[in-house]
Amino acid sequence: MIGAIRMVQRNALVYRRAWRGSVFFSFLQPTLFLIAMGVGVGRLVNRGDASLPAGVDFLDFLAPGLLAAACMQTASFESSWPISGKMTWQRTYEAITATPMRIRDLVFGELAWMAVRLSTVAIAFTAIITLFGVPRSPLVILAVPAAVLTGLAFSAPIIAYAATRKRDHFNGLFRFIITPLFLFSGVFFPIARLPEPLQTVAWFTPLFHGVELVRGLTLNTLESPAWLIHAAYLVSLTVIGIGASLWAFRRRLHA
Amino acid sequence: MPSTAEPFIRARNLTKRFANFTAVDSVSFDVQPGEAFGFLGPNGAGKTSTMRMIGCASPVTEGELHVIGMNPRTEASRIKARLGVVPQQDNLDAEITVRENLLMYARYFDIPGPIARRRADELLEFVQLSERANAEVESLSGGMKRRLTIARALINEPEVILLDEPTTGLDPQARHVIWERLYRLKRRGATLLLTTHYMDEAEQLCDRLVVMDKAKIVAEGSPRQLIEQYSTREVLELRFSDEVRAQLDGRLSGLADRIEMLPDRTLLYTGDGERTLEQVHTRNIPLESALVRRSTLEDVFLRLTGRTLVE
Ligand SMILES: Nc1ncnc2c1ncn2[C@@H]1O[C@H](COP(=O)(O)OP(=O)(O)OP(=O)(O)O)[C@@H](O)[C@H]1O
Ligand SMILES: [Mg+2]
Repeated sequence: MIGAIRMVQRNALVYRRAWRGSVFFSFLQPTLFLIAMGVGVGRLVNRGDASLPAGVDFLDFLAPGLLAAACMQTASFESSWPISGKMTWQRTYEAITATPMRIRDLVFGELAWMAVRLSTVAIAFTAIITLFGVPRSPLVILAVPAAVLTGLAFSAPIIAYAATRKRDHFNGLFRFIITPLFLFSGVFFPIARLPEPLQTVAWFTPLFHGVELVRGLTLNTLESPAWLIHAAYLVSLTVIGIGASLWAFRRRLHA
Repeated sequence: MPSTAEPFIRARNLTKRFANFTAVDSVSFDVQPGEAFGFLGPNGAGKTSTMRMIGCASPVTEGELHVIGMNPRTEASRIKARLGVVPQQDNLDAEITVRENLLMYARYFDIPGPIARRRADELLEFVQLSERANAEVESLSGGMKRRLTIARALINEPEVILLDEPTTGLDPQARHVIWERLYRLKRRGATLLLTTHYMDEAEQLCDRLVVMDKAKIVAEGSPRQLIEQYSTREVLELRFSDEVRAQLDGRLSGLADRIEMLPDRTLLYTGDGERTLEQVHTRNIPLESALVRRSTLEDVFLRLTGRTLVE
């Protein structure tokens, strides 16, 4: 495990200089969304027949969804270009594997670092939505690890994908996966409003489960088998992603 | 060299295959402690593939390999703890500073902070980069990056240092700075393994070397032994005009032990270059230029493979 910590230290050293750029993306952007949509659009929505679950306001509905989505976006971004850069043109991993550091130290180190980054995003955003009076119970504390888990469920498979790329092929990932998920996984409206076949599709996407879990913990609406399914789905995706990352790193770095 | 000592590196029928392509074909060699051992060969000969297997960066396909008495397959981390690696392509961490590169690398080796800081400063001094300690890696010249990579490879006080083409792509002055530093390491008793396709580098730095070509070792020995064994003492290099060259057939025969016709020049291998040149003059063959020089590893390579080393 000490090896993974070394990787975290290395990334923290780099981040100490580069953190400003990521603040907008991880943190200000969801906050702006929350204000514009939650407060602005929310006023219109609440006047109509929104029939949101548990009869909550639109702002309250939206805020936890944005928390999960912010973690997805930060995780996806940080797991794509930076990982493939360290694998290919910067050759950082090659340099590190010439030391006693092992490939699993790299993979677990990157994920541990991701968990650190996601925690800062989740804690800060949870603090903001608390200022807006969104949480309905102290369970909101658990929304932080739930949001981090949502991020990791994206991070692990994307790290595996990034490690196999020769050049960066991530525009497709963002255009055709991350952005549609952001829009249609229940962040802005319940997936029950989607046409029937799309509801099923949405159910199988990871962000849906992340949003449901985080929202349930924030608004205290979780029911017992449902939250287990959401969590199990996210954990499974993370575990599969870790396995795939180990395989991809090994193939790339130990050929 | 102490031939009784346990070799530091021992390879027997070492083979590396990528899918169906054989990059290293059943090579065997021993490297003794304190030796500077070279792999000389043209592009694609398999030098890097061999070095990567020794550095435990690439699994051995077949054959036997022992590095400091350990097996790369089962003890990679323990071997790596005692190696220093300078890869063919620099892979410095571009996102942190010069000094941080050394400090971070020390962490990967689990070297305690105070020791790491002391060594980092000493090594920056050693490779003459103290003034650039807080610079971004990207701001360094090619030669400085190479020196930093060498310093980084020394952070764990390695017993064996692997240098894959330490000076390729550098200007002559930068190369000499690096050679001079490698000499010092050698004098301190470090075991050096280096690959190169520069024969002067091999002659300057290597106690012993193997010549590799097309995945195989084609000769082995000290630079002097190889030259004695595969070449003559001197070489007469002649250049002819195209017309003379076209009608040369047979006119040089008997003048030298061996004659090589290269596209741009003709090489006559002989014990005494000046005498051979006189004989060429007595045969009235018009020359554009003539040069007498000592044999080098380049000639050994030409003899062994029929090709020049640097295309
Ligand atoms: N990962 C790989 N997959 C497939 N083929 C490879 C791989 N690495 C090297 N090769 C092939 O193996 C052969 C030997 O390569 P290697 O890099 O060991 O040569 P080299 O002697 O270091 O050459 P150079 O002087 O150009 O660095 C080359 O033909 C190369 O294309
Ligand atoms: Mg090479």
